[in-house]
Amino acid sequence: MPKPDPGSQWTGRSIRRVEDKTLVTGDGRFTADLPAEKWVRFVRSPVACGRIKHVTTPPGALVITAADLGGVKPVCPMLHKFNYVPISQPILAHEFVRFVGDPIAAAIAEAPEEAEDLADLVEIEIEEASAVVDARDALAPGAPRVHAQAEANTVVDGRFKTAGYDPAAANAHRSIECTIRSRRQSALPLEPRAAHAAWDRTSGRLTLTCTTQMPHAMRTIISELLGLPEFDLRVIAPDVGGAFGQKMSLAPEFVLIAWLARTLGTSVGWVEDRRENLMAGFHSRDQHVTLEGAFDADAKLLALKADIIANVGAYSCYPTTCGVEPLMALAEMPGPYALREYACVARGVLTHTCPMAPYRGVSRPVITLALERMMDQAAAAFGLDPVEIRRRNLIKTFPYTSATGLVFDEASYVETMEAAIKAVDIPAFRARQTDARAQGRYLGLGFATFSERTGYGTPAFAARGMEVTLGWETVQIVMDPSGLIEARIGASPHGQGLRTTLAQIIADELATSPDRIKVVHGDTDRTPYGWGTFASRSLVIAGGASLLAAQKVRTKLRRMASALLEAAADDIVLEASSARVVGTDRAISFEALARAAYHEIHRFKGEVEPGIAESATYDPAGTFSNACHAAIVEVDIETGRVMLERFIVAEDAGRLINPMIADGQIHGGVGQGIANALFEEVMYDETGNVLTASLADYIVPGATDVVPIEIHHRETMTEASITKAKGLGEGGAIGAPAAIVNAINDALTPFGIAINEIPATPARIRAALAPALKK
Amino acid sequence: MTEKVEISLDINGRAYSVRAEPRRTLVDVIRDDCGLTGTHIGCEHGICGACTVIVDGHAVRACLMFAVQADGKPIRTVEGLAQGEKLHPLQEAFMAHHALQCGFCTPGFLMLSVDALERNPDMSDDEILDLLSSNLCRCTGYQNIVKAVRSTVREMRRDRA
Repeated sequence: MPKPDPGSQWTGRSIRRVEDKTLVTGDGRFTADLPAEKWVRFVRSPVACGRIKHVTTPPGALVITAADLGGVKPVCPMLHKFNYVPISQPILAHEFVRFVGDPIAAAIAEAPEEAEDLADLVEIEIEEASAVVDARDALAPGAPRVHAQAEANTVVDGRFKTAGYDPAAANAHRSIECTIRSRRQSALPLEPRAAHAAWDRTSGRLTLTCTTQMPHAMRTIISELLGLPEFDLRVIAPDVGGAFGQKMSLAPEFVLIAWLARTLGTSVGWVEDRRENLMAGFHSRDQHVTLEGAFDADAKLLALKADIIANVGAYSCYPTTCGVEPLMALAEMPGPYALREYACVARGVLTHTCPMAPYRGVSRPVITLALERMMDQAAAAFGLDPVEIRRRNLIKTFPYTSATGLVFDEASYVETMEAAIKAVDIPAFRARQTDARAQGRYLGLGFATFSERTGYGTPAFAARGMEVTLGWETVQIVMDPSGLIEARIGASPHGQGLRTTLAQIIADELATSPDRIKVVHGDTDRTPYGWGTFASRSLVIAGGASLLAAQKVRTKLRRMASALLEAAADDIVLEASSARVVGTDRAISFEALARAAYHEIHRFKGEVEPGIAESATYDPAGTFSNACHAAIVEVDIETGRVMLERFIVAEDAGRLINPMIADGQIHGGVGQGIANALFEEVMYDETGNVLTASLADYIVPGATDVVPIEIHHRETMTEASITKAKGLGEGGAIGAPAAIVNAINDALTPFGIAINEIPATPARIRAALAPALKK
Repeated sequence: MTEKVEISLDINGRAYSVRAEPRRTLVDVIRDDCGLTGTHIGCEHGICGACTVIVDGHAVRACLMFAVQADGKPIRTVEGLAQGEKLHPLQEAFMAHHALQCGFCTPGFLMLSVDALERNPDMSDDEILDLLSSNLCRCTGYQNIVKAVRSTVREMRRDRA
């Protein structure tokens, strides 16, 4: 395994996080911690579909409805490709309600509980109409239309087909079909969404503090919707209590809170409760996927056909749009396999349900489940071991350009799988499985091999046709006159430990220590414009920009030292927070250099600009991390309960900047993947009523549900990332459902049934087993 | 709105006198009336445990208790764990083992564990796992929280020996 650069002092080390101290002492500052003069409670639609006839408010009460928001524009995210139909979402429901939880009115009072009391007094009369909840029903002729302009409720229709697909599929030795149903999940950050806006009369500016992953983008869109000059809006993302994608999208509620603070000239707070979060805080993963794989006689996958239906809910999320799930599926469905022919139809379909938004992994947990189930089914049809069919099909030579044009950089698909196989000890497991079956116990082993596209800049988002083309990051590094370093970043971490890892990267480049570096984020007044933290990108892109900016600071420090030490710049080395003439003891500390840069600039005779402040932007095409997950489960056929016995992750995310933090990301991702595979499901009844609006009904796994995760690292160094770090925020969540469901199916092989739906709850497993058990 | 009543709370050894409606939960009063925002609210229905505090020597969900019920009883919150600059061993262990990411659930896990360790400093690994299954964490997959608490128990055992 390649080792980290021997010259590095800080990268590659599991140093403690600088973030932690305030968080363990209760000194963290989250949005809900801010006091406000006024508090808001939203009155939300109790029905999924209908026309608002009357909203009656108590006399004298301060209640805002759509009628009051004349000057505020609706949210209308835009895609310029894939037959996208733009959908507008008013800040408060105007005329129609389209999902249970749709905000209709805002009740305002001095205290949160008084706002709740007031909200209870608001009477809403709605002429209810029939709702459509399932995406396949929404596609059917005669289905109610969620928005008049979207025929067949289809707002995204992406189609792709290689020229050679038809002949390759027609000539297949064997064709394997696999249909997957992924039920709806919530990202469920433990901190519910919240916003606080305060108007400052003196400066004429509005400060919005909110639970967001992208403060700069929020500033742009909210100022645009309100008609407020952008420079008069400051957005702060303080400590954010988990997000996982849910806090990437614009909450229309934020717009209302900002508008109210501006209109009332005061401070206004809103904190949603868990019920609101589960009803209206964005959902994801509600998909139907059908695959058809065409294999040759050697079990090589020649061609793949995919049909993807993503239920996107009632509106389109900003800034990604509701194309995010179906279009990521379209682009990445072939996964880590070397197949040349591919055909896909990926649709985003409106329903009368909570809008869909990105959630850790976006489509990839579902497409990986589909692809890996298909590979296991194919292995069974060919009489091959599941690992053997993967050995034959994984990408082995790099760079590899996929059927959809993605360029896979240097990676280790086969090697990570072999590492997982070794950790499992398959022969020993099979012996144990056989013994267990003889005693009426059902053990199973499942694998998932996958790629995790990470650190992608603007090209990836431009390919999707997004009007808001995300991608690059800027970092500004300032050394102050005392020689201390501030790195101001546009990314917006919220638990990923970026203040620690970026300081490690900068410390190495400048030959100093992380305690002399402060990373500043989450404040549009203090940081350069950037996109935020999502899509396994920050360590790669903000990390790359940090390295580039640090290189510029390094160059400047050497030039200054060369002037003051009267030596050639090439002879200056940085070490131990100072600059030294190589091979001599002539040195100058960063403190002295920085002081000279600000207070004694005349010493440089006009050859050096005053101050030390350098910016750099990084916008890479992207890279691919990869991993193999292996799960061992036992299925209790009496109860249908699945017990995890072991979970193994063999992964390759390139160079690890802080292995402790990398492991933490994997643990958390796998935890959410286990939740996706076995526990969590947002359920609606046929009228569109949410049945899982509390944590008693929406089952989040606890400590006893997540087994110790065994991690095996491999570090393939790639030229696709200048720090060689590939990013790994989402991989845990991407691979785990497929590995677990494959293990369940392996366990249940004697019954001749297939489990292709997640979460694989006891009820679903019992239902699938019932016919077999009756025999 | 109902009439406000006088409530005397003793939080981390300091007396707070507040006027609050009887319907107000303990967590709301701790946060809003006493300004101690280290205790967090995750679900307000007793599942997630983010609001766990210690009342009269018992870890409780502060969202499931009215502030009036805590009148006069000693209450401990995360703000009271450190002695000046010296952190509680569990706070140290959470940092050393990377047992937090976003940190939102952390105060609840700390108070839950502090209370359990004070009652039984010799918890077994299984007892610790069982204990920690009371609260929810969305970031860590629980791995390092379990590690942090187990290592604290082991250190305490060593210190006693």
